Amino acid sequence: MSFASCDPRAAWLMRLGDTTLVLGHRMTEWLSRAPTLEEDIALANLGLDLIGQTRLFYTRACELEGGARDETDLAYRRAEPDYRNPLLVEQPNGNFADTMARHLIFAGFATPLYQRLAASCDAETAGIATRSARETTYHLRHAGEWMIRLGDGTDESHERAQAALDDLWPYVPELFEADDLDRAVAASGFGVDPSTLRDDFDAAVDDVLARARLAKPAEPRGQRGGKAGRHSEHLGHILAELQYLQRAYPDARW
Amino acid sequence: MYAQGLNSTDPAAVEAEDPDRLAAFQARIDAEEKIEPNDWMPAQYRRTLVRQISQHAHSEVIGMQPEGNWVTRAPTLARKAQLLAKIQDEAGHGLYLYSAAETLGVTREALYDQLLSGRAKYSSIFNYPTLNYADMGAIGWLVDGAAIMNQIPLCRCSYGPYARAMILVCKEESFHQRQGYAIMVAMCRGSAEQRAMAQDALNRFWQPSIMMFGPHDSNSTHSELSMKWKIKRFTNDGLRRKFIDATVPQAHSLGLTIPDPDLRFNEATGHWEHGAIDWDEFARVLGGDGPCNRQRLKHRRAAEAEGAWVREAAAAYAAKRRGANERAA
Ligand SMILES: [Fe+2]
Ligand SMILES: [Fe+2]
Repeated sequence: MSFASCDPRAAWLMRLGDTTLVLGHRMTEWLSRAPTLEEDIALANLGLDLIGQTRLFYTRACELEGGARDETDLAYRRAEPDYRNPLLVEQPNGNFADTMARHLIFAGFATPLYQRLAASCDAETAGIATRSARETTYHLRHAGEWMIRLGDGTDESHERAQAALDDLWPYVPELFEADDLDRAVAASGFGVDPSTLRDDFDAAVDDVLARARLAKPAEPRGQRGGKAGRHSEHLGHILAELQYLQRAYPDARW
Repeated sequence: MYAQGLNSTDPAAVEAEDPDRLAAFQARIDAEEKIEPNDWMPAQYRRTLVRQISQHAHSEVIGMQPEGNWVTRAPTLARKAQLLAKIQDEAGHGLYLYSAAETLGVTREALYDQLLSGRAKYSSIFNYPTLNYADMGAIGWLVDGAAIMNQIPLCRCSYGPYARAMILVCKEESFHQRQGYAIMVAMCRGSAEQRAMAQDALNRFWQPSIMMFGPHDSNSTHSELSMKWKIKRFTNDGLRRKFIDATVPQAHSLGLTIPDPDLRFNEATGHWEHGAIDWDEFARVLGGDGPCNRQRLKHRRAAEAEGAWVREAAAAYAAKRRGANERAA
């Protein structure tokens, strides 16, 4: 069941789906815990977008792979090493500044990625990317506005926002490091080489940080491995919770 | 129901009102005119509405927790998205309702304080735990189902802002009810284990759901004024009967047993008759001693406390921007 996809296009889309699945899970953990009722609704919206993107990426990946698996197989019936999300998205929610900093980084990466992917030679994928780019543009604005409020709010919020950035910055380099799979799908016109996205990311994030009076952390050597299936300790716990019903009742139809 | 702790109308306070204004007010109510925020209204009418609307709002907000308990464990991505969207709707209902209450001259913060300090009530139903995934079906089917029974008449409530909020809320609640029933159908068509989960969910949620309509009419002495002012249009027992009549055949078509050995169909009246309701339990849960009362409030208080620095930051940032704009002007 947990064979890695041999179609590079499918394998690459699964990576995108794994990324939004894991981050979407983190967003749902916020439910009923946000600082305001309005923000509870906003975080649920971010989660809904991410779950929706996951379903589209997975479904298209399964079609390209030949139809032997479906979105449920991918989300619920694989083991940790089969997931190829970058380490950033599995980091715990922490406090509200941690979550918003993580989301700023994610959306600053995903928005130009999806915008370029909208020119994919696969029309289906291009359509998914166009829709998803609209969504993450909103995510980028939402997370950016919060980082500005927190950075330029009180001393306490400034400190927390800066600490969040410092803690998460080691997970930035992995997002932009191209591996063989990235290069192969980019060369064929299907996908995007993430190393080409860094300028767009820096432009969006630098603008937010300047307005937030927050310092951009020095570029670290970084933590990596998720894209190759080597994860942090957190992913196992996420999957244990996410997959519980499918694993405990394999014969059930929900 | 969502405001089932309500027993607030005090006829003595009404007698203190100016009789001419009171008569004119009643004439408007009788003519089915809507009362709007700037219109004159008896103090008692205002108090009753504030209490009812805020209890309803609190119920929506606390109600996010029992369903939130399953969102990270939902069995498919489609079910997860559905559940997340439903809980998001409930948060939205809370917001509309706090806004409706604010038109009566109270602030959301003050109402929220009443909830967090334990002075305000919310629906007893949300003090029960959600123990298996079928509870997500049972809550939609029974709890949202019971909520609509009560709230459809509230769409014609005499107070305009409340009536209008209820029209929006009811549309979404009936969607939730159908979605909940669809989960129950899937569970009952699934494996033996799933059918057992569905029956277990019904066993635990049946009594609490029919309690949502509040005490028997014979013990509910305070609803007379609410009826006269058209804040309330049907009695507790009348609404409960409507709910049971609609729900029993649905349970039967699911192949589930209603956990009430005395339940029987009365051929003469054409209605289902239920057995005794455990009103001691109702009083306990409403009084703060249900299975999850402390847990629900603790969760709400923790979220408020943990979010305080964020709200302070947002306020400080807004103040700085205002200052900058004033200097620029
Ligand atoms: Fe609701
Ligand atoms: Fe609902």
